[in-house]
Amino acid sequence: MHILRHVGWVKRSKTYQILMNGEFRFATPTLHLNTETCLSMLKIENLTIRFDTRYGPLTAVDNVTFEVRPGEVFGLVGESGAGKSLTGQAIIGLLDPPGYIAGGQISLEGVRIDNLAYNHLRALRGRKIGMIFQDPLTSLNPLYTIGKQLTETILTHTSVTTAEAQQQAIALLTDVGIPGAAERINQYPHQFSGGMRQRVVIALALCANPQLVIADEPTTALDVSIQAQILSLLKQMCREHGAAVILITHDMGVISQVAQRVAVMYSGRLVEIGDVRQIVKHPKHPYARGLMGSIPSLHHQVDQLTQIDGAMPRLTDIPPGCAFHPRCPECFDLCREKRPVLKKIANSHIACWLYAQEAHHAG
Amino acid sequence: MLAFIIRRLAQSLFVMFFVALVAFSMFNYVGDPVHQMVGIETSFKEREALREHLGLNDPAPVQFMRFIGHAVQGEFGLSYQHKRPVAGLFKERLPATLELSFVAALLALVVGVPMGVYTGLNRHGFLSKLFMTFSLIGISLPTFLIGILLIFIFAVILGWLPSFGRGEVITMGAWTTGLLTKSGLKALIMPSITLGLFQLTLIMRLVRSEMLEVLRTDYIKFARARGLSNRAVNFGHALKNTLVPVITITGLQIGSIIAFAIITETVFQWPGMGLMFLQAIHNVDIPIMSAYLLLVAFFFVVINLIVDLLYYVVDPRLRIDLGKANGHG
Repeated sequence: MHILRHVGWVKRSKTYQILMNGEFRFATPTLHLNTETCLSMLKIENLTIRFDTRYGPLTAVDNVTFEVRPGEVFGLVGESGAGKSLTGQAIIGLLDPPGYIAGGQISLEGVRIDNLAYNHLRALRGRKIGMIFQDPLTSLNPLYTIGKQLTETILTHTSVTTAEAQQQAIALLTDVGIPGAAERINQYPHQFSGGMRQRVVIALALCANPQLVIADEPTTALDVSIQAQILSLLKQMCREHGAAVILITHDMGVISQVAQRVAVMYSGRLVEIGDVRQIVKHPKHPYARGLMGSIPSLHHQVDQLTQIDGAMPRLTDIPPGCAFHPRCPECFDLCREKRPVLKKIANSHIACWLYAQEAHHAG
Repeated sequence: MLAFIIRRLAQSLFVMFFVALVAFSMFNYVGDPVHQMVGIETSFKEREALREHLGLNDPAPVQFMRFIGHAVQGEFGLSYQHKRPVAGLFKERLPATLELSFVAALLALVVGVPMGVYTGLNRHGFLSKLFMTFSLIGISLPTFLIGILLIFIFAVILGWLPSFGRGEVITMGAWTTGLLTKSGLKALIMPSITLGLFQLTLIMRLVRSEMLEVLRTDYIKFARARGLSNRAVNFGHALKNTLVPVITITGLQIGSIIAFAIITETVFQWPGMGLMFLQAIHNVDIPIMSAYLLLVAFFFVVINLIVDLLYYVVDPRLRIDLGKANGHG
């Protein structure tokens, strides 16, 4: 069955040759880690995600390239519909049809994972890449105890006995700050509060010690008072388990609290990527500047927060040139005609014609 | 839990009481029972004597209490046409109907649920489309037509299966069964398919739509993101979440299968309660009609009680509310 699915996949991705290589590599039971590329644990190159519709293909994620280093917290920010969640889903191989990866590649520890057969990829989920969803109220199966859900996941990925898995589950729940874990393990999700459930979700995502956790808006559905707790718990847990985090959010404030590096997405494209302090303090791309301007500050009294006029274009009518140019206060002719590419400026990469000249000089 | 069962039992008793009232009023208000029982030559005096003897001159509430008293003991009087106790007639015919209903319900569940899961998972597959088309036929064709078509093909043209009756039956105490003989099993095939086909397609479509609903939820995505096997996700996590509505509908449908076996029993001349009921209607045999009414109501009430209890087995969220309700009570 999954062979058939696989073939369907090949046809769409049009990377048959590469896929054959990838598949042969994965026919061997062990994963050979390429130590040279361990500097970047996850590498995404020219990732393009499309949806085929009656009106032709829509490109929801366009040529996105970034890498995540071991143990770091990598922020992915942008408005709703910027393609950040899709990028996360593509990494773990759970893009909902009709969305599909139309180009580019995703490699984990030097091994391509975007063209794996379904069952090979399934083995990586949870084991190598964990995922945390937005709403803790709906992330847990209401009909099973949290203990059952934890041990089920542990038993899927490791060869321990049920009793050992139970012990691990209790230890994990204690670690994520659930009091009386030994008793509460036999309770059902509805007996936990929202914040507690998100703690359980974090435990579930980390229970097989993945190297990477994709957290898709992990605090958006929570009370403001609990958000900070969950964020610091997530950061601490991932540090203890040695897992890197891709933190997907629309909240620059969240990013500035926990992330080391950040990528800003707009209309499915990366506009700026770099060190978080750099981007928070001195955002270069006009869109990033607009985003930063929309965060209220404790230190500076401002009468009115800046806002970016207009709305992000729909996928059906992304303008030519720079996708941001209709809303950009500093737009000029070149922006309307030619699409900017990411250029390295100081420690950041920016896709904006404003800096092209500077980049040219620097290069 | 106990408080809940007691509450539900009380409700069931109320329903039964009401049905008994309807069943009782059939005696007195659908024609005159004495007219049904005696010949034309009977004199007015003899009729009055019979009326007095049967207690028909007593006030209605007294008669009703007497009716209930007898019904509780399983006594429903004599059948007008058979001149035998109704209870005995039912005892003879109940096994045939229950066996047929049981096999039909089993068929509907054992085939309907897997087909529903399959069509839910492979929405665009060729087989799924085939099943869905086939289920439309099952839902839209009337029962008697399916029965007659089956008889035409398998009994008349091919001559593989008997077109009527139960075949050989084995008597075990008060129960007769056709499940243990070859001819009995052969005789069961067509009637149970006819009776169960509608429920089968209904259950299949229900499971399918519930599966589609559940597969979209976050906890299924999260289960996949944790790397659980497809089997664990589809059957462990998804199917269990579809069960509550499936149990509800299945419970109601089993009641209908028993109650509406009438048509199938008529088509296949199945010696069950339904056939007897139809004959009773022809002959205005009120005791059989009222007993049938009570019996079917009883089955419905019992099945609904079981369904309610099953909810609590399946869904822990209900169990907790129950615990709280218990604590306060």
